[in-house]
Amino acid sequence: MENNISKPTQTNRLGLTLEPYKGAQSTLCTGCGHDTITRHITTAFYEYGVQPHKVAKMSGIGCSSKTPAYFLGKSCGFNSVHGRMPSVATGAKVANRELLVLGVSGDGDTASIGLGQFCHLIRRNLSMMYIIENNGVYGLTKGQFSATADVGSKQKGGTTNSYDTIDCAGIAIELGCSFVARSFSGDAKQMVPLLKAAIAHKGMALLDVISPCVTFNNHEGSTKSYTYVQKSDKPVHGIDFVPFYEEIHVDYPEGTTQKVDLPDGSHLFLKKLGQDYDPTNRIKALEALGRAREDGTLLTGLLYINSAKKDYHETEAVGDIPLYRLTEKDLRPSKEAFKQMLERYA
Amino acid sequence: MLAMTAENPKLSAASKRIVNDFTIEIATVNGSGSQTSNLILTKSLFRMGIPVGPKNVFPSNIAGLPTWYFIRVNARGYVGRKREVDILVALNPTTFAQDVPRIKPGGVIIYESDFPLVGSAKREDVVYYPVPFASLAAKHISDFKLKKPLTNMIYVGVVAEILGIEDAQIEAAIRHQLRGKEKAVKVNLDAIAVGRNYAKENLKKQDPYYVERMNKTAGKVLIEGNAAAAMGCLYGGCTVAAWYPITPASSLTENVVDLFEEYRRDEKGKNKYAVIQAEDELAALGVALGAGWAGARSMTATSGPGISLMAEFAGFGYYAEIPTVIFDVQRSGPSTGLPTRTAQGDIQFVATLSHGDTKHVMLIPATVEECFEFSMAAFDLAERLQTPVFVMSELDLGMNLWMTDAFKYPEKPYDRGKVLSAEDIKRLGNFERYRDVDGDGITYRTYPGNPHPLAAYFTRGSGHSEAAAYTEDGVTYQRNLDRISKKFETARGLVPKPVEDTVAGAKIGIIAYGTTDQVMVEARDILGARGVKTNYLRLRAYPWDQKTIREFFKKCQKVFVVEQNRDAQMAQMLKLEIEPDEIKKVHSVLHYSGFPMPTDVVVSGVLEKAQEYAEQPVPASGTEWGE
Repeated sequence: MENNISKPTQTNRLGLTLEPYKGAQSTLCTGCGHDTITRHITTAFYEYGVQPHKVAKMSGIGCSSKTPAYFLGKSCGFNSVHGRMPSVATGAKVANRELLVLGVSGDGDTASIGLGQFCHLIRRNLSMMYIIENNGVYGLTKGQFSATADVGSKQKGGTTNSYDTIDCAGIAIELGCSFVARSFSGDAKQMVPLLKAAIAHKGMALLDVISPCVTFNNHEGSTKSYTYVQKSDKPVHGIDFVPFYEEIHVDYPEGTTQKVDLPDGSHLFLKKLGQDYDPTNRIKALEALGRAREDGTLLTGLLYINSAKKDYHETEAVGDIPLYRLTEKDLRPSKEAFKQMLERYA
Repeated sequence: MLAMTAENPKLSAASKRIVNDFTIEIATVNGSGSQTSNLILTKSLFRMGIPVGPKNVFPSNIAGLPTWYFIRVNARGYVGRKREVDILVALNPTTFAQDVPRIKPGGVIIYESDFPLVGSAKREDVVYYPVPFASLAAKHISDFKLKKPLTNMIYVGVVAEILGIEDAQIEAAIRHQLRGKEKAVKVNLDAIAVGRNYAKENLKKQDPYYVERMNKTAGKVLIEGNAAAAMGCLYGGCTVAAWYPITPASSLTENVVDLFEEYRRDEKGKNKYAVIQAEDELAALGVALGAGWAGARSMTATSGPGISLMAEFAGFGYYAEIPTVIFDVQRSGPSTGLPTRTAQGDIQFVATLSHGDTKHVMLIPATVEECFEFSMAAFDLAERLQTPVFVMSELDLGMNLWMTDAFKYPEKPYDRGKVLSAEDIKRLGNFERYRDVDGDGITYRTYPGNPHPLAAYFTRGSGHSEAAAYTEDGVTYQRNLDRISKKFETARGLVPKPVEDTVAGAKIGIIAYGTTDQVMVEARDILGARGVKTNYLRLRAYPWDQKTIREFFKKCQKVFVVEQNRDAQMAQMLKLEIEPDEIKKVHSVLHYSGFPMPTDVVVSGVLEKAQEYAEQPVPASGTEWGE
């Protein structure tokens, strides 16, 4: 497979270089938060050692939904219609349970036109990763407010947003999403381990990532600008990810760290920062999010996790062989069964 | 039978027996549990070897509104809808005054004896059989919960006695229906005996209607189109079903679910399928497309309002070239329309569903057998053509029972279409998702997860090149659209061909599709008896085989396109593809009341514009429900 490539300087556990994890040249604006997220995805998938051909990149419509073309160039992609990525992702994953489904969406795609599909995807707890590249504006149509814009946030032209924000992370926790994280595109140290944990998770993993729009929402008065987010960002913990194929060699002083075991055998170490935050407590997570909203702070980190929750395939007892691979032999009941079926209508 | 009603001198009918040729109408209140009784009546007749055509006309309501059940009994096998009703079983007081006048002179009214025979309910030219259903139920049925449903079983007994339906066949039908539930079998049989005994002891036969055993249903079954289509999904290899409940399509997916649960478990007890009840029809199609893209055979079933929602994804599936199967069990629109009534009103909409240049492949079943066959064929065609394929059923076909020969066990292997494995790509040394290698417009695809480094591609609804790369280049965009259009031309040769029946010397042509076919044999016989010979062409798919259509037009001086919609949708589409000078030959016969197409509408519709071909004068047209 790698015959024609010159000896790689650095490879991951699969012996792959960073190259197959990269995609086409981005066409987004220079300095766009989304491009930074693209780099984090590339890094996380490379470092974790995901087989690129096993990944299905799914997206809707918008600036964020264009990004799957810019990473994992050896993986197949599906740029669907506006707000409807969740249904397509559901179909793809139930057809082939071996796919690692990575959904990328934006705040318009998720919180407005796609809110219904987003909520119902969570209910199914389908095993997939869902990244919201959240900048509070519609970039491709030139800067209208989205539903995640905060009350009082200013548009580039000076208009103030009068409506309450839709907090996708809060909704996700409320609806029983089994992995909910929030992060900031500029925080590689937080995002990369979160992405790896999302790969390791079973069930739906949501990452709501504030990703400033340099062209339409990076000005004074915007609550989604680089400056504002850096100022209000309040990580609930520091994060280390130890993959299943590595020995745990970190040594944290007792009482300073919470260890979270992930379904694939990987581990997360969450280091306390000032206050206690327990991401396994759903009620407290919602309470903390509510308080942060009052305070005007942006809580980031792993907000909630429930590794024990059944995912769609478990709930529905879907067989181990991916459905797309089944043949006539598996799918066509016998002549005898056929006779029985018709006998009912005699 | 004793004389209860005085002999009516106006009724001479009793002297002339009418055997195995009549229509029964049963008028009840929705939610009263009459469905089982009607089914037992139907199946008892069917088990006596007599052809039957039942139709359930129900309201958009759970309980309280009027509902009617029609059973056409016809020795010659004409089981399509006939508007004339011979025998009324009246159990709904609110519709009694409207139900009675519809019955044919010389017909029969079996009614709850409490109902007053006043106003329009009082006639001199019919036979009345009053039956005290309520007091019989009060006297003989002790279980309060069973009173309503068993009252309906009492009328089964009364009708059986009056017409001569065999006890043994009723019992067989009940035993079959209530397999293994001995107690239920007994109470039902007891209730039927109450009705039969009452009729025996209190009613004197004054009407001419009789049933007699025949041998015309051997080897046949009675099945709804939706159940047949569901069997097609099971045998067609569907593994992913996504849906949102909607009348009249719900029972299609519900049948799929039942069949999957019964026949699709692996050795470990796990499922070889996934069913997703989605949040709406748009999401349902999204799931189906996602699954089709990932290589599974997928389906969704809906009706008009769901089709409207699916428009966005239908265009996506067409342009991104993703296989899936969409059943449209058509009902009366626009908007909510008459949600429990039948129509053929989505033909034009579905043909070009979505914005931009789209044209879809539609299969149009006319029989339950075709529901089964076309359902299987749709999965093959969707994967062969790499596009969503629509199966255009109708409420009348999907939700009513139809007689059919037992289906043939499918032996043909699936056609999974042009799919490249990792080994194929290695051998070919190249793969471009949208490159037309074979010249038929159909390109090769890979399934996601294919390990070859060239296998992955990007699927999108935006402009794309042969290599599946994003492009806004106009020339590339147009070339791609033209190639997809070529695929549509390829489809003409792959879809089910029209069925043609030409008659020597016929100058009149009839074109129909879907359930309209069910009245066509009878209508053509009647027309023939009046000297109007007809050629018949039944469309079974779109795009159709152009040559057959054009040649059919050449053979005819006038062509009647018979449809169940207001705007002559198929006729309009045909006009686009026939020779320009043939367009003037096109006439339409339309029926769109929500009730199934009746025979007389076809007959009078043709005669009206073909009088010069008729040897006898045009008969009066029948009347439609509610008139």
